[in-house]
Amino acid sequence: MGSSPTNAPAGVAHRIRYEGEAEYLRAAASWRVPEFVFWLLPIAAYFLLPRQLVLLSRVAVMGLFALSLDLILGYAGIISLGHAAFFGLGGYTAGLLAQHGYGEPISGLVISGFVAAILGFATSFLVMRGADLTRLMVTLGICLMLMEAANKMRWLTGGADGLQGIAVSPILGIWTFDLFGRTAYVYSMIVLFLVFLLVRRIIRSPYGLALRGIKENERRMHAIGTPVARRLVVAYTIAAALAGISGALLTETTQFVSLDVLSFDKSAEVMLMVVLGGAGTLYGGIIGALFLIVAQYLLSGISPQYWQFWVGIAFIALVFLARGGLVGLAKEGVTWLGRRGRSTSS
Amino acid sequence: MLTVLFDGVAYGALLFLLAIGLSITLGIMNFVNLAHGAFAMLGGYVAVVMLNRWGVPFPYCLPVAFIVPGLAGMVLERGLYSRLYDASPLDQVLFTIGIVFASIAMASYFMGAQHQIIQLPQILQGQFHVFAGFDVGVYRLFLLVFCGVITLLLHLVLMRTRFGSRLRAAVDNGRIARGLGINVNRLFVITFGVGSGLAGLAGALGIEILDLDPVFPVKFLVYFLIVVAVGGSGTVGGPLAAALILGIFDVAGKYYVSQIGAFVIYAVMVVMLIWRPQGLFGRKATR
Repeated sequence: MGSSPTNAPAGVAHRIRYEGEAEYLRAAASWRVPEFVFWLLPIAAYFLLPRQLVLLSRVAVMGLFALSLDLILGYAGIISLGHAAFFGLGGYTAGLLAQHGYGEPISGLVISGFVAAILGFATSFLVMRGADLTRLMVTLGICLMLMEAANKMRWLTGGADGLQGIAVSPILGIWTFDLFGRTAYVYSMIVLFLVFLLVRRIIRSPYGLALRGIKENERRMHAIGTPVARRLVVAYTIAAALAGISGALLTETTQFVSLDVLSFDKSAEVMLMVVLGGAGTLYGGIIGALFLIVAQYLLSGISPQYWQFWVGIAFIALVFLARGGLVGLAKEGVTWLGRRGRSTSS
Repeated sequence: MLTVLFDGVAYGALLFLLAIGLSITLGIMNFVNLAHGAFAMLGGYVAVVMLNRWGVPFPYCLPVAFIVPGLAGMVLERGLYSRLYDASPLDQVLFTIGIVFASIAMASYFMGAQHQIIQLPQILQGQFHVFAGFDVGVYRLFLLVFCGVITLLLHLVLMRTRFGSRLRAAVDNGRIARGLGINVNRLFVITFGVGSGLAGLAGALGIEILDLDPVFPVKFLVYFLIVVAVGGSGTVGGPLAAALILGIFDVAGKYYVSQIGAFVIYAVMVVMLIWRPQGLFGRKATR
């Protein structure tokens, strides 16, 4: 932030400061080549991997979920052990809507996101109180409460058996969800991309800068006059809404929802995805989701316990070896290559 | 009514034994250790293997169920935990979740996913009738006495010995304790080992009551956290009171309003945390 002359009128000072910022933000918001390449991959996958579309829709759903967690974990610095609460709430909302005859998918997503946002907004005030450990416990507690509620309300949710009889209507009345997952794939990729654009816009705005500032040094943000609590409440609510949308997307594309979506494992899994890919890197969550789901697909054939064991080891290894996640490693690799290239040419 | 109260108290005593190690280690190093339950599970499985496979009598299993997790705790502390003291809470959370997952996988791989069933010695079985409407299970009475003795011992060690006063100093203010020449790191290794051992002991004692199975570390995570959060650190009394209240609430909740189930506990935890988010922890446990 540029220093502004103290004797200038407030308006002028603001304008001076904002010009520098705007330039910075505009530069940060411009698209780079690797980003274009990244978003061409799903289109290529549709043609090259027609047999894996069901798996790849799962990647899109979990990538979206991870993106929502990245917003609060990677950018706002809130550690949540209960982000599955919103994922599950969205999933159940969409499922219940479809079960009761309202199977229109797009508005289903919107409604589910809205319901999750309400819960996110209401609980954000609880989460804002206290430091990291308290936050961990409050988020975990809220998620467990929801799971217990869903478990006990068998008449509504089907309890441990999951919600049966979900019938989703064709998208826009044209595309029905087919057995090969083609519609589901295209649908979830488009939703992922749209939400991604939104999140990208958010974090590269002045508001996104404020969030990162809060993560870096909350006290200083207080001191420069940022309403920290309000910023965090908004971030938490948006993240909840997006997690709700991803949960709803899962329900609509698989036509099933069970208690699993609210479990502690789900919260931990999505956290691993974000950190594995690289927290606070925007693409990290999606890459982490892709990596983890493909690995699970390849490994779980051997034995499910085997899989869980390696997930545990992955957590431990990440902490000790790869602090920036995969995106961080890739960046390091690029700079290393660049340095090597320069030293050999000179 | 009295039976429920009694069961609740016995259950609470067991929870206290499970969580006391975590509350002290959290107080000293401010380390978010979500893997505490893994040590308790280890103790439980050690006892199961000894009892069911090798036919060792129950009383001999208990010391081993204390020692094995204690040693495992010390090794892990030296090897891995100690590298993360200055790491961010997120790293600590990730690392300990990793341990939880790996331990769950190993437990279900080696021991199977089912609940473990053990044969208690004849003398600890059954229950006796005190008066109308008040029956006391022998095993629960044993638990209560056993945990009571250990609690008393812990209290004496913490309050009456040099080790205890060093420990309390480290919980109160680690930096100043260091400055006074107290070797906080060594203190911590010992505490971590004893805490893990006590958790293992409680895991072994609670095989029947707590339903030992591979998801134990996740299932009881919330219980540990409640005891720690409500009870604070550096004393025996705080966590004890918290554990007893929790035990009574949980048993009563499951007995009287079983359709709500564990919901009560989670709600109590969230309310407690919102009511006093800072004050509930020891002075050090919140940054």
